Amino acid sequence: MGIVSPGFHGRRRGAGVKLPPGQYLTEDFPVLSAGPTPRIRPEDWEFTVTTETGQEHRWSWRELLDLPGETPTVDIHCVTKWSKLGTSWEGVSLDTLLADVDTAADYALVHSYGGYTTNLPLEDLLDGQAWIAYRFDGEDLAPEHGGPARLLVPHLYFWKSAKWVRGIRLMDEDEPGFWETAGYHDYGDPWREQRYQGD
Amino acid sequence: MIDDYEDGNALAGPLSEIFTFDVTTADTRCAGCGRTGPVAGLRVYTHAPGLVARCPGCEEVVLRVVRTPTAAWLDLRGSVALRIPLAPA
Repeated sequence: MGIVSPGFHGRRRGAGVKLPPGQYLTEDFPVLSAGPTPRIRPEDWEFTVTTETGQEHRWSWRELLDLPGETPTVDIHCVTKWSKLGTSWEGVSLDTLLADVDTAADYALVHSYGGYTTNLPLEDLLDGQAWIAYRFDGEDLAPEHGGPARLLVPHLYFWKSAKWVRGIRLMDEDEPGFWETAGYHDYGDPWREQRYQGD
Repeated sequence: MIDDYEDGNALAGPLSEIFTFDVTTADTRCAGCGRTGPVAGLRVYTHAPGLVARCPGCEEVVLRVVRTPTAAWLDLRGSVALRIPLAPA
């Protein structure tokens, strides 16, 4: 690749780009997975928000698509040290989904088809910071990248952006998820390099 | 991508830091379905922030290993027990 001018790629390159500490830039989209890829038919897909009082709010696939969509372009940072810049998504803001949810909870535990979980403060899902994303780069979200829909919360390490998202439980107390119970940081801010517990 | 895993021998190197014996030769009983077999027969997902070993029968997580710069995290909650072959005492 050394003889090819980076300019031919027509995309942002590493020079001059500020990345979180310890990260490197990648142009492809690595697939990381802790288990087999669930294959969820849209007609079977359902998303549930459960409040701390047990109240449930459910959306079918059709109901999700009928909500106003947004098209965020964001940088993403994986704890395995790759970063990908300017990724284009389409999805529904959690602000929209949670607008009519009555809650005083401080924490959220995200559940996925296949059993994966991850936790984060509820405030990190609000104020234009998080989406239920169903399209990437103009295409339906592929199963290996979390399709039919994944959480997108790009200001935290990408393990928080749960693939195959199925629901969110709102809670008064924090409860660690899949990687958070195995040594990874409870919050995971890439700019503070919060990879592991104690960072 | 649906079956992007390796067999349990992928655990041999990482776990050799923790155990003095080769864990892949031990038998493990899945806490999910009760299936018993050698650790070498587990399905290990390596393209992840840690190693995730799943039961080949029910796909439940049997064992997880995360290596941080200063520690190893070993989660065996999905394994009822390990039977470790030893030389006669």
